[in-house]
Amino acid sequence: MLKQVEGSKAVADAVACCRPEVICAYPISPQTHIVEGLSRLVKAGDLKNCEFVNVESEFAAMSVAIGASAAGARTYTATASQGLLFMVEAVFNASGLGLPIVMTVANRAIGGPINIWNDHSDSMSQRDSGWIQLYAETNQEAADLHVQAFRIAEELSLPVMVCMDGFILTHASERVDIPDQEQVDAFLPPYSPRQVLDPNEPVSIGAMVGPEAFMEVRYMAHAKTLRALEKIPEVAKDFEKVFNRDSGGLVRPYQCEDAETVIIALGSVLGTIKDVVDELRAKGTSIGVLGIITFRPFPFEAVREALQNAKRVVVIEKAFSIGIGGIVAENVKDAVSAQTPIYTVIAGLGGRPITKSSLHALFHQSFNDSLEPLTFLDLDQDLVEREIIREESK
Amino acid sequence: MFQVRIHGRGGQGVVTAAELIAQAAFDGGRFAQAFPSFGSERTGAPVVAFARISDKEIRVREPIMAPDAIIVQDETLLGAIDVFNGLSPSGYVLINSTKSLTELGLKESDIVKIRSMTVPATQLALEYLGRPVPNAVLLGAFASLTNVISLEAVNKAITDRFSSKLAAGNCAAATAAYEFVRTKLKEPTHA
Repeated sequence: MLKQVEGSKAVADAVACCRPEVICAYPISPQTHIVEGLSRLVKAGDLKNCEFVNVESEFAAMSVAIGASAAGARTYTATASQGLLFMVEAVFNASGLGLPIVMTVANRAIGGPINIWNDHSDSMSQRDSGWIQLYAETNQEAADLHVQAFRIAEELSLPVMVCMDGFILTHASERVDIPDQEQVDAFLPPYSPRQVLDPNEPVSIGAMVGPEAFMEVRYMAHAKTLRALEKIPEVAKDFEKVFNRDSGGLVRPYQCEDAETVIIALGSVLGTIKDVVDELRAKGTSIGVLGIITFRPFPFEAVREALQNAKRVVVIEKAFSIGIGGIVAENVKDAVSAQTPIYTVIAGLGGRPITKSSLHALFHQSFNDSLEPLTFLDLDQDLVEREIIREESK
Repeated sequence: MFQVRIHGRGGQGVVTAAELIAQAAFDGGRFAQAFPSFGSERTGAPVVAFARISDKEIRVREPIMAPDAIIVQDETLLGAIDVFNGLSPSGYVLINSTKSLTELGLKESDIVKIRSMTVPATQLALEYLGRPVPNAVLLGAFASLTNVISLEAVNKAITDRFSSKLAAGNCAAATAAYEFVRTKLKEPTHA
């Protein structure tokens, strides 16, 4: 049903349609509205056969999720920022145990210094955790990705993180076609776990594995995760059949086919970039943008295909690896020929707005290849230089 | 695309006002986007919220830096922050105040007079609602001043949002504000 709705509410309603049996979460901005919405649905009896577990921390939230999922329940949680970091030990266990938990990460910076605003530092820190990571461009896609995430997770026995930009999406009211129950039921069958903890038929899940087999277990996890590169497009195709709209998948090219310059980004900034691309195209500039929806596993083939005619690539990312530089760009480099220049642009950290005017200036610099390999968009150069001199003189 | 920036203080329903504008536009079959300025909002602290209205899908996510209309829910913000920053030369200004624009110390250069107005929204809220909450009231005035959304759509958005008693009071106050602006627009200075 078409509604003008806050992103968090859209996600809560979409998750509820997936009939989760256990929801556990600890509140943290900007995720809180999602689980508040779900708790209201459970309390009102609109979401039936679902236990909403209040926990004392994010570590407990993921631990309860692991227990619930191992016992055969469809399980959901949500977090952000420091909350995600606080649950990390359990996050790795969830994927190691192959439990199909779905978790929303309402992307927010991580401290210190403390900052509640949006960037991708939180989920990017978990890129090697063995979870599938999907990034939503709009609130429509955020809602849709949750519906797809349960299918992907359960068909692969792997947990899925649905990442949506905190505040920019979670707190924005926009037009969303909320999936309705009948459609979701047609798309997402009831969860039938491969293996269940049951006192009547005892099994061990997560027993110790020694040096003689640990490498093999990790290799198997890698192989299983790579299967997602086939599964995710299949699920997106099925979704389109039922819901009649294009959501999810591995990547989303826009005006890329003949583009000399291809911009790459994840999440909601893609909308702003598309507007800039249209303005530049209207002036005859050969430019396109490639949105990466599935970041883990990384869709090398799909990225390679989309970039085959690109003369240069500009990767805009909302997180970075201190002491090295880009995270997304490092992955993109493995997908293109060594001759293609790849520019890394760190942007929007800690909620710094990414504006059209800054993007215009940035893209113009790229057209004559005068961009530095690593750029921090809208950095106050004078301020940092002064501070560096002051630090050095101490 | 029509862009609105709303200034107020925490507790005045600044974010709600932006969402009501978006809802009213959506009900009128248009695309709309509303979002807060994502600060650590506290009661009494300056708060900003934004709304965009368009006939096409809205993709841009930057804050609104060149608004077509500005709504100021609290006149004490006028000296504290530059609420007019980036306002389009043909932009609309709506200020919640019992004073006139001149009494508020606004210069010709700050605003385009024919598209600017003060409305005693808090007084109207007290009169019809019994509470000094000016946000929904100002939207009635906004509908009248800009014609971007209709009073009917504003009142429907209010009715869908609030409990029946709160909605009735807000609708009555919004309608009064709508009429207030209509009357004022007919005055010679606004002709």
